[in-house]
Amino acid sequence: MQLRTLQKILWSAAAFATLAFGLWQFSQDRGPSVGEQAPFRPTFALPDAEGQLRTQADFEGKYLLVFFGFTNCPDVCPTTLAEVAQVMDDLGDQAANVQPLFISVDPVRDRALGLAEFTGAFHPSILGLAGDDTQTRAAADSFYIHYERQDDTTAPDGYSMSHSPALYLVGPDGEWLRQFSYGTPAAEILADLRSRL
Amino acid sequence: MKTQIISTLILMAASPAIACESTTFGDLSIANPWSRATIGAGRPAVFYVAITNDGASDDALVAISTPAAGRPMLHETTVTDGVASMPHAMSIPLPAGQTVQLAPGGYHGMLMGLTAALKEGETFPVTLTFEVAGDVTVNAEVLSLRVEGPDCETDGQ
Repeated sequence: MQLRTLQKILWSAAAFATLAFGLWQFSQDRGPSVGEQAPFRPTFALPDAEGQLRTQADFEGKYLLVFFGFTNCPDVCPTTLAEVAQVMDDLGDQAANVQPLFISVDPVRDRALGLAEFTGAFHPSILGLAGDDTQTRAAADSFYIHYERQDDTTAPDGYSMSHSPALYLVGPDGEWLRQFSYGTPAAEILADLRSRL
Repeated sequence: MKTQIISTLILMAASPAIACESTTFGDLSIANPWSRATIGAGRPAVFYVAITNDGASDDALVAISTPAAGRPMLHETTVTDGVASMPHAMSIPLPAGQTVQLAPGGYHGMLMGLTAALKEGETFPVTLTFEVAGDVTVNAEVLSLRVEGPDCETDGQ
């Protein structure tokens, strides 16, 4: 009888440990979210449309609004960049303290199609960055975001890009502050920025 | 605040007429066909519309075609585990009594192989093919690259 109780306790402990380990692993797979993860500073070194290498250090003192996407994307990317453009307009004078970045996850094709022309069509303040595969992967990893080429015969050139569609906010000291999930209204992003500026 | 009000008024004044039109086709009503201006003709354009099925039986949107693009297709943006992808949609179900939106972040028409850049203010015809109801053509209005959708609530329709 006593053994049975002990067995029960041991089995419960094993089950609890398995569950805890599973939850821990699950949380490791997720991107960072406020309050769950130690503060971190994303880094990147990517050329702009003119070929000049830009890093996070170039923007010290400014808030960064960072979006990873590709210019051939007809739905998610224009919707988000249109919101960023609206936020920048509505910020007025305070816009000088915010730098929106568009980081291409499809750099070769985006360069061929015209990177500056694309970002400029939404707002002149948006800076497009497109590096090589290694630079792009390193930037994405440092933001803990995912992107992947997907072969798709129904897409232009036979492929599309899947990517994390959120907008990321980095503080003036380079610290990752939060993400705005896809579809967050421009007014909400604006209010958040205004509360910090 | 003042500039916000003024820009809102300007937006209203420029409120698109065609993008706010609704076409009735049997039991289906097709409203707000619109698209975004494109930068050149090298990138795909988009097509959005709202379809209401007032009938007693289900239908489905199975294809779109337009002289504006060589390869128009139906796609769906899906966000799974924080990653957005855009698979081809073979058919978009239109359950009886419901409205289905082709709208930013969800179902949309992807217009590949544009014959020319889409310019704000232009319109172009899009033929919708329904599984049951057949074909109907509507005119889509090209709106600014920066809008989130047509602003139709102020013109009394």
